[in-house]
Amino acid sequence: MAITGLALVAFLLMHMSGNLKMFISGEAFDHYAHWLKGEGDEGGILYPLIPQGWFIWIFRLGMMAVILLHIYSAVTLWRRAKIANPDTYVAKRRLAQTYSARTMRWGGIILLTGVIFHLLQFTVRATLFSGTADAAPHEMVLGEFSIWWMVVAYAIWMVAVCMHIRHGFWSAFTTLGANTSLKAQRVLNGCAWVIAILLYIGFMIMPVAVLTGVLN
Amino acid sequence: MNITLRVWRQANAQDEGRMVTYQVADVSPDMSFLEMLDLLNEDLTVKGEEPVAFDHDCREGICGMCGVVINGTAHGRGDSPVPTTTCQLHMRSFADGATIDVEPWRAGPFPVLKDLVVDRSAFDRIIQAGGFISANTGSAPDAHAAPVSKLKADRGFDAATCIGCGACVAACPNSSAMLFTAAKITHLAMLPQGQPERYTRVKSMVAQHDAEGFGNCTNIGECAAVCPKEIPLDTISQLNRDLIASLFKKDGK
Ligand code: HEM
Ligand code: SF4
Ligand code: FES
Repeated sequence: MAITGLALVAFLLMHMSGNLKMFISGEAFDHYAHWLKGEGDEGGILYPLIPQGWFIWIFRLGMMAVILLHIYSAVTLWRRAKIANPDTYVAKRRLAQTYSARTMRWGGIILLTGVIFHLLQFTVRATLFSGTADAAPHEMVLGEFSIWWMVVAYAIWMVAVCMHIRHGFWSAFTTLGANTSLKAQRVLNGCAWVIAILLYIGFMIMPVAVLTGVLN
Repeated sequence: MNITLRVWRQANAQDEGRMVTYQVADVSPDMSFLEMLDLLNEDLTVKGEEPVAFDHDCREGICGMCGVVINGTAHGRGDSPVPTTTCQLHMRSFADGATIDVEPWRAGPFPVLKDLVVDRSAFDRIIQAGGFISANTGSAPDAHAAPVSKLKADRGFDAATCIGCGACVAACPNSSAMLFTAAKITHLAMLPQGQPERYTRVKSMVAQHDAEGFGNCTNIGECAAVCPKEIPLDTISQLNRDLIASLFKKDGK
């Protein structure tokens, strides 16, 4: 759970920095997208260490494994908790738990639904609402985020993602043994907030810029 | 004070159980919560009804026998900044005329035996799985022959204050006993006597914890908030550290 979760956080940081290339130029963004897929003339990422176009598939396979392991761990935890916890208190008061901690499981399902939609939209290009299926990557992004409700939907989804990370980041480090004192607990929770807010801003700034016409 | 109590009544493990409302009159604010229950029980006995069964022993917050969920918090700490056991909670913490819900610990591995009494022998089996040292201690070593740093001694002693009450399990949304297990692990891991069995202990105790049917920890923190002994969450990280380290030890397990 912890290791796969942190791998996903690392992925999100990478993904975020990739998205920000839109601010350099549409070409820079397209170049990055093609580079990942090994579609450029120079062979793309890790070429010639591995054959052209292989990286993206190795990476996708790795991501698939990480996500499946993450979900497998989550389902195991959830199932064990369901068996252990009869949840029959007449009066129940929470003293310490945060909203994020409490919603890791249902929140995770929202995340998964979002991930599937996101992949169908930008990877498979099956659910594009701006008719840009054959356009360059940056045109597709511009098209999709010119739709106001798409930006709203992403803004909401990213709240769920960042809440998940707010608890997940602290929880992962605690599971790995880094919570060594009350002070460490505060530091870890502080870092979790920083990462969550950084990811939120980093991911949302580009769609908002597109919608408001700053990027076009 | 006059108190309205809604108490969980359950004749035996097979009974379905239900909340029953009682009026308790003439409660002194200086009574402990258990003394208030005594008052109720005297009244019930006079009326020829079955008194409410609840666990208790020392009544001074050190044995870990008592423990009920009061108004939704284990041991009834509520808004107070001071952690407490049920026996050390006083009626002055409640308003005159208050309605108080009293329920037993709820967790699969803690079945209700009667009314507010649950079977906590799962904790005993976790201890039996490794929460001890099996070396002969012999006579006391010379002073300073086995130096222990102040930091480690403090952590060890702090963790050793766990009284095994089970409030952590009662409060945990996963019904995990990780705080209890971690308190025992940290206590022995900090002291020289605990070192020889340190890594086999953590494996055995965690395995027994899981075998008893407790849930797994997701670092929510409800346990530490209700713990009467303020066992900190960092003991759980200590347990995880030792567990990770134990994976790389050649100990036949
Ligand atoms: C956007 C990518 C995701 C990231 C960055 C991420 C990150 C994390 C991290 C770091 C943890 C904490 C590990 C720990 O408790 O030690 C976690 C826990 C969890 N994740 Fe994710 N996750 C992601 C996607 C998902 C998805 C798609 C699901 C779908 C089911 C999911 C479900 C869960 C669940 C149920 C937990 C355990 C919650 C708990 O501790 O009670 N996550 N996640
Ligand atoms: S860790 Fe605290 S709440 Fe849990 S059994 Fe020990 S004393 Fe009770
Ligand atoms: S009766 Fe001993 S701790 Fe409360």
